[in-house]
Amino acid sequence: MNTSANDLKIIANKIRYYALEGIYNAQSGHPGGSMSMAEIMSVLFFNELRIDPENPKKPDRDRFVLSKGHAAPGYYAALALRGFFPVGELKNLRKIDSPLQGHPDMKKVNGVDMSTGSLGQGISSAVGMALYGKTNRKDYRVYTLTGDGEIEEGQVWEAAMAAGHYKLSNLTVFVDNNNLQIDGKVSEVMSVYPIAEKFRAFGFYTQEINGNDIEEILRALENCRMQSERPNAVICKTVKGKGISFMENQQKWHGAAPNEELYVKASAELEAAITGLGGAL
Amino acid sequence: MASTREAYGKALEALGDKYDFYVFDADLSEATKTNLFAKKFPERFFEAGIAESNLMGMAAGFAACGATVFASTFAMFSAGRAYEQIRNSIAYPNLNVKIAATHAGVLIGPDGGSHQCIEDLSLMRTIPNMTVLCPSDAAQAMSCVEEALKYQGPVYLRFGRNSSPDIYKNDVKFTIGKGFELKGGKDGTIIAVGDMVYEALLASEELEKSGFSVRVIDMPSIKPIDEELIVKAAKETGFIVTAEDHNIIGGLGSAVCEVTSQYCPVQVVRVGVKDKFGRSGSKAELAECYGLNSKAIVTAFCDREKD
Repeated sequence: MNTSANDLKIIANKIRYYALEGIYNAQSGHPGGSMSMAEIMSVLFFNELRIDPENPKKPDRDRFVLSKGHAAPGYYAALALRGFFPVGELKNLRKIDSPLQGHPDMKKVNGVDMSTGSLGQGISSAVGMALYGKTNRKDYRVYTLTGDGEIEEGQVWEAAMAAGHYKLSNLTVFVDNNNLQIDGKVSEVMSVYPIAEKFRAFGFYTQEINGNDIEEILRALENCRMQSERPNAVICKTVKGKGISFMENQQKWHGAAPNEELYVKASAELEAAITGLGGAL
Repeated sequence: MASTREAYGKALEALGDKYDFYVFDADLSEATKTNLFAKKFPERFFEAGIAESNLMGMAAGFAACGATVFASTFAMFSAGRAYEQIRNSIAYPNLNVKIAATHAGVLIGPDGGSHQCIEDLSLMRTIPNMTVLCPSDAAQAMSCVEEALKYQGPVYLRFGRNSSPDIYKNDVKFTIGKGFELKGGKDGTIIAVGDMVYEALLASEELEKSGFSVRVIDMPSIKPIDEELIVKAAKETGFIVTAEDHNIIGGLGSAVCEVTSQYCPVQVVRVGVKDKFGRSGSKAELAECYGLNSKAIVTAFCDREKD
């Protein structure tokens, strides 16, 4: 699927818009990380992944695992916009009868390849999927997105070790490095830096990019496809709460829903960004 | 006479020809006996190294691609260390991973309390979607492995380290959810699991000498448990002793009490590890020390009679 860079920018902001709508309606959820990853999700779901909303379980599809499962609102928005389920369902996020659980549930939502939410676990499943693909000579690729606070989990490095050991060049790990976690700055709570060096030590081909820049993400993915021996890690510098003026770089918006006044302000900003790019909701 | 872990290894080796599945281990394949499968089917065997969280996660990833996977390590490092990975990456999405855990219980011997997992049945049976099985001899273990393999969904299999005497003939057919009445009786029932089943049979012989007619039930399917067989025993014999190499909190004894208290309240005396950690020693010494032998079962049975 080829989508122009401008359209990918529009889609990134639509992901933000609908993620926020769900969080506002639920009056709970995680906006900060849903906003910071929007460009990565836009590029993956509208340019990179070989997936078919009409056939979501197709055995040879590319896989995506949202290891930072709390950013589910952004994930669901990308899936709905891509056609896996109606966009209208997004406003039912976290509601009792909705399949849209607080964290992704592969048994309930079309297009979700792995249930996640408990940090550190998704990347292991992604490694398993990539190893299965390599073992069975499948040409599908596996993508996973972790948080930067998430990589404080020891399991992430067990998974990285296995990915390097098994030379899983069909695996790409994105790290959403917005440098904020619940208790403060990642560098102050429990520093994970330097990130790229750590992945390199485990045998990864690493790239450090601006993760809110569509062109840089596109280029990074091209580079990943050239690797034949090493798994890939793309360390994405991002802004938590990106696209909503009062949320940017504010840790308090990690897991809080806006009130009506702020929601109206935020959605107006996102809508303006979409129309400014020539798009429409 | 072989250990149930040896039977597990042989079952994998034999079933590998007939079924398409994968085996993962965490640097314990010599001990868990998955090395037998690894030798015969190297392309279907994967090492996770000493990294049990990732062992479970990778197994889940394979299963999410449609594969059936056995993930093996010691009980302590699967049900214990990787509890939450099992819960969230395997059981919550209901994936087809068989967690095959060896070296369970105090009777594994000299490794001591750090390795003697006495909580696994309890931990595993409280997880929704999880099936929990613990065969009592090698022949039953072989059939148990095949049934777990054919079953769709997560299964926890508990195997012992040491040789256990043969109870069944080679053609024994294991069924998930079914217990085995090994011996009829009307004065009381011993319900046992794993290594303690043979001890239960010895105890029943001893009790017969004192004039008791004792029913003996092997309950290898801890979850789902054979409620019908338990209720029948409660109704017909009026008294139950449970026996397990596991903490008396949360394991077979508790599972039996949950059934009897609801459907047919009778006295249930639980023989097992009395809420304390294990220690190093030989199997026989530990059995004596922790009350995990026929003598302890006989005492439990008779003390109740005195009351």
